[in-house]
Amino acid sequence: MLNKRIIPCLDVRDGRLTKGIKFKGNVDIGDPVETAQRYYEQGADEIVFYDITASHEKRSIFLDVVERVASKIFIPFSVGGGIASVDDMRQVLWAGAEKISINSAAVKEPGLIEQGAAAFGSQCIVVGMDVLRVAPSETIPSGYEIVIHGGRKHMGIDALWWAREVQRRGAGEICLNSIDADGTKDGYELTLTRLIADNVRIPVIASGGAGTPRHMAEAVTTGHASAALIASIVHYGQYTIPEIKQIMHDQGVPVRMVW
Amino acid sequence: MLSILDYRAGNLTSVRRALDYLGIPCTITADPQEIESGSGIIFPGVGAAGTAMHHLQASGLDRVLHEQTQKGKPLLGICLGCQIVLDYSPENDTRTLGLVPGRCERFDDQWTDGQGLPINIPHMGWNNIRLQAPCRLFTDIADEAAFYFVHSYYPAPEAEYVLGTTEYGQSFCSVLGRPGLWAVQFHPEKSGRPGLKLLSNFYQYCLEVAGAQ
Repeated sequence: MLNKRIIPCLDVRDGRLTKGIKFKGNVDIGDPVETAQRYYEQGADEIVFYDITASHEKRSIFLDVVERVASKIFIPFSVGGGIASVDDMRQVLWAGAEKISINSAAVKEPGLIEQGAAAFGSQCIVVGMDVLRVAPSETIPSGYEIVIHGGRKHMGIDALWWAREVQRRGAGEICLNSIDADGTKDGYELTLTRLIADNVRIPVIASGGAGTPRHMAEAVTTGHASAALIASIVHYGQYTIPEIKQIMHDQGVPVRMVW
Repeated sequence: MLSILDYRAGNLTSVRRALDYLGIPCTITADPQEIESGSGIIFPGVGAAGTAMHHLQASGLDRVLHEQTQKGKPLLGICLGCQIVLDYSPENDTRTLGLVPGRCERFDDQWTDGQGLPINIPHMGWNNIRLQAPCRLFTDIADEAAFYFVHSYYPAPEAEYVLGTTEYGQSFCSVLGRPGLWAVQFHPEKSGRPGLKLLSNFYQYCLEVAGAQ
């Protein structure tokens, strides 16, 4: 049976692993290559890297991180952040990533999804969606709206419509981030996750809100997601990946237990 | 020296990175002489069947693969390289290499998973292998080990060539071939330690064959 995936997400800034703390900016929490290697050895099923480097000039530092990761870990990993063209995609894929993740660039220029899928195959193209709960309206019938810039900019696009649209355009996977749940540690937004997962035929990764392994189990059972994205719960050592997997396994969730 | 077959299908470096990590000498090549002098061939999985066959025919590599495998040169096909060893692929309606009798099929979107939900296509993620016949590639790999898959088509060779199966909606063939001519639908180079072990098992076999000749 296909296993449900546990995917740690690493934010990289100027070649260092960082974690955004509300109102305090970004805190350096280590070397991304060493951390990725540790998660690989602990049984992570995949790893996501986000380049949150502000300046274009520092892109090469990040690409160097991608190359070093690719020579040390032998599970799939994806790269997001700052990807706005087919050339950007090619750079990170050539550096060794399996998949690229596009978010606001896809909202602004949806043709990028088709271009990426045509150039590298749908399996390479993950579309990240940041979603905010709103009052249902004629424009947003599902009550979930696409936002960008960390939720600061409303796009007037219905999340359910957008999910189907990115699938139609050739996305191979959706990474669904609930802005409402993000950072709360109260659990994933299960209603949203299930709504999207049930209405597309490509895998959906649930993101935002993980506080306990039970939440991850919920995301892939009640929420119908294929995978759960996690960050601070493992970065700060609250749980290790084997502990998370054991708890999910005990709850009857199919997870990869041998690595 | 293992030859990673270069059929101009894009990025072939992930197999090379895994072999480099294992200390297995390898080269990415389309040169028939280099392929002939190497101890084994890896046909990596990138791209679509139609484009791949087009390049193989245009460069004459299809003939090289037939000759070399007939002479007993070990071959390992991965993902697309697993499907292309069969006779036919409905992907771009392509007549493929025909090294192993059979064809490949697309996953049926009416199939349902363990929860009773329609399966996602592509089949993407970690899944298990049930060996149907002894296979050297899996020496010292735990039965419960999972491997990383990403594909929308699956191989359906003639029954005697089915070496391993995987459950996704239904049971499909995920390992096929005969001793020395193997193909796997998953990506060993992205399947952690069990995948690396499979690659090194293949290399060990290549060394034995080369040593015996």
